[in-house]
Amino acid sequence: MESALSVQNVTKRFGDFTAVDQVSFEVEDGKFFSILGPSGCGKTTLLRMIAGFYKPDGGTLLFNGKNMDGVAPNKRPVNLVFQNLALFPMMNVHENIAFGLRRRGERGPEVDRKVRSLLERVGLPESGKKQISQLSGGQKQRIAIARCLIMEPTVLLLDEPLGALDAKLREHMKVELKTLQSQVGTTFVYITHDQSEAMVMSDTVAVMNNGHFEQIGTPQELYHEPKSSFVAQFVGNNNKLRVRLHRDAEGDTIARYSDRYDFKLAQKFEQSGLEDEYDLFIRPEAVIINPGEGRENFQTVPVDVTSILFDGGNSRLMVKPLGTEGELVVALPQTREYDSIRSGDRIQVGWDLNKTVCFKRSDWKLYDEE
Amino acid sequence: MIRSLPSSKRYRYGFTLFIILYFIFLFAPLVVTMILAFNDSMYPALPWQGFTLDWFFGKGPTKYGIFHDQTNLRSLFTSFKVAFSVMIVSTFLGTCAAFLFEQENFRFKGALYFLMIAPLVIPGVILGISILMFSNTIGLFIEDHLNIYVKFLGPGFPLVVLGQSSFISTIVALVVSARLKKFDRTLEEAAYNLGANKAEVLWFITLKYLRPSIIGGAAMAFLMSFENFNTTIFLVGSQATLPINMYMQVRDGSTPVINAISFLLILGTSIFAVINLSKGNKKIL
Amino acid sequence: MMKNRQHIKWGFLFFFLPVVLWLFLLIVLPHLELLRLSFTKANTGKLTLDNYLAFFREPIYWLTFVRTAGYSILVTFLVMVISLPVSFYISKMVRGRMTGALMILILVPFWVSELIRVYGWMILLRESGILNHFLVTLGFFKEPVEMLYNDITMIMGLVYTSMLFMVVPVIGVMDDLDNSIIEAAYDLGASKIAIWRTIIIPHCASGLVNGGIIVFMLVLGSYLTPNLMGGKNSLWFTEQIYNQIILYFNWNQGAAFGFLLLALSSLIIWVLLKLTKQNLKEVVKK
Repeated sequence: MESALSVQNVTKRFGDFTAVDQVSFEVEDGKFFSILGPSGCGKTTLLRMIAGFYKPDGGTLLFNGKNMDGVAPNKRPVNLVFQNLALFPMMNVHENIAFGLRRRGERGPEVDRKVRSLLERVGLPESGKKQISQLSGGQKQRIAIARCLIMEPTVLLLDEPLGALDAKLREHMKVELKTLQSQVGTTFVYITHDQSEAMVMSDTVAVMNNGHFEQIGTPQELYHEPKSSFVAQFVGNNNKLRVRLHRDAEGDTIARYSDRYDFKLAQKFEQSGLEDEYDLFIRPEAVIINPGEGRENFQTVPVDVTSILFDGGNSRLMVKPLGTEGELVVALPQTREYDSIRSGDRIQVGWDLNKTVCFKRSDWKLYDEE
Repeated sequence: MIRSLPSSKRYRYGFTLFIILYFIFLFAPLVVTMILAFNDSMYPALPWQGFTLDWFFGKGPTKYGIFHDQTNLRSLFTSFKVAFSVMIVSTFLGTCAAFLFEQENFRFKGALYFLMIAPLVIPGVILGISILMFSNTIGLFIEDHLNIYVKFLGPGFPLVVLGQSSFISTIVALVVSARLKKFDRTLEEAAYNLGANKAEVLWFITLKYLRPSIIGGAAMAFLMSFENFNTTIFLVGSQATLPINMYMQVRDGSTPVINAISFLLILGTSIFAVINLSKGNKKIL
Repeated sequence: MMKNRQHIKWGFLFFFLPVVLWLFLLIVLPHLELLRLSFTKANTGKLTLDNYLAFFREPIYWLTFVRTAGYSILVTFLVMVISLPVSFYISKMVRGRMTGALMILILVPFWVSELIRVYGWMILLRESGILNHFLVTLGFFKEPVEMLYNDITMIMGLVYTSMLFMVVPVIGVMDDLDNSIIEAAYDLGASKIAIWRTIIIPHCASGLVNGGIIVFMLVLGSYLTPNLMGGKNSLWFTEQIYNQIILYFNWNQGAAFGFLLLALSSLIIWVLLKLTKQNLKEVVKK
């Protein structure tokens, strides 16, 4: 089957700076595809190239197999939902949605019919006469999408359209946008810096950093099997321990932490030079409190509880492995099983070896690190 | 179209050409006026007769340069005197009005505000004649009933200053108001809280904050007064201001000494404008 | 706060009195006097309508009035047409630093007094002017042509002297127009003309009206430009007022003319505001 959108080795430079570097990916028809990355990673540049506002310095863009080289943005079968939505304040809702049809020269009752049916599909059947300023944030969102959908694009591009909404509404719109996409069946390409948006809505997510894709996969794959240190840190919460690797007598790879703990790894490292600096990643919910004896492929560590962060279902323990200055975040399930734990207690925590991943240290830092 | 959208070469070049023509249109009269100030000819016209500074420094008998031209020098001095007085009066009135309309509440505030901005949409000619007629009526009244002739109320320096201030004060008020609107009143409350009295707060906090806009407004008042013609023409007495004096010379034909004056004024206002604009005072009105 | 009430009252009076004196002595009472004089007979002081009747009886008066109004509207329209592309270029087509430089270039000539600018046009365009000199020297004309003292030159001069008051507010609203709005229209298939017609001009409407009010008022009340650049047949209504008051010393007639001009400018400004559903306060604040 042909891809709705095919991007092959696309590159964009601004002077000496390479904003997008040899990026390739395919989006199947009807899918929700997200590009996730921190600000400045090149995702907006990539999106604007797909929309046609920037001309790539290299590579090919295909829509339904058709090469888009030299095709002006207004001639491409693709429409863009802008970050600030860019609804026309000088027109009412109906005129906004009908704008594209009118520019194609469509007139008469057919336009009205299409606009009305689309307003129904986005759940705002009575809003045609309203002014843009009368709409709520969520309604504007839906009108901006409707204005593009009426053009029946092959691909709908969305440039962080939830960015301007407040947190509560954003949660709500995530679900709504996903539902809307599956109803209309249009291919969505969505860019965002919010990993939760990408995970909740997407069929496939591409994680972008420094102008290239680190990994493309389903949200589950990205979460459970990150292929790089960047993905491990950027997607979901993770504990990062600075470790050095070596091999023990049996040939297993061992991660030495703080010159005190040796953690066995399930991962096999073939390359030499294992003594280099590595980062070991453990998800907070993979850490089990007081695991008890007799588990296979399991690593336990004695720790001191430094603080308890109660946050309902998202509660955490902050613990410090004995004799180190490091800190681990441990998910604290609210099953009342752990209610007796107090700050300052000495407890055991542990994890399944298969649930950790280890990567060579990268220079990249998550923005909330010091 | 805009920079991020592709557009044809013809469109871009066509647009740029239009803008170049626009700027030529804008500057042609000024540049020509300035150049002809240095032409060694009795008329402000071509052909070029050679370079001279006579229209600035000439002592006569055929060429009187601006620095030896008594009539023009006198009117220049009058204009400075008027502009300075108008600057003082309208800066005071405008600042008072800004405070009154931004910080106080009283009955008929809306109506009074309307009165204050009205001078902006009243043609200057009408401001001039109405003030002339009003002061004349008062003068006659005083003369009839008290038998005193009040020179002050006839055309002349005081009337010119009052007439110009009547609308220039509005402009200062708008400039100062714009900044006062952005003033965070909790600063005043903080100062009260630290023991300052009303006058101290006004002096140390509010006026200090307003200083750039008051200076900007005053500068604008000076310039507008210096260049005013429409209102002044009806109020002026025997002492003509520079625009009035120049108008008569321009109308009746004159030597390039007018170009020399213009040269100095264009230079002066340009420097003034660039300083004012580079300080971020983008508003011209 | 209650304890401060006495202080606040003094502060209030300090601001209130000068402003009230200014507005009543220099604005309200003079205009009432203007109105009174326009309804009185010269010398006798009796009430009369003669001054207004004279306006309608003498065709030269009311023809000048109509001409002045018509040309002022025409000039306002021309200024709008020229200012739109200029503002668009400065606001949307050039980069940041260039925008600032062009902005200063546009503003500087308008700080220079109107008289000097008009004088510049006179030495350019008159029979012995620069333009004629070049056209004759280059052989385009056999002999110099008087390009000054006609309606077209006068209109050009009025456009020139009042343009800034349109360009500045229009650049202001143009800056508020988000580029993504234009991009969105383009993305949805709009042509250049469609973008101008459906997006840019409607967006700039408020700036155009604000500028239009100021330009119209300035042109209507202008004296120097029509007087120095217009011909003997290009009489402007302000010149009629000047003639009555300064030359004929007929103040009552002049007062009536003044009032008619004031009424006309108020009427047109009021219509413009009503058409665009704004009020004067908003316009002046921009």
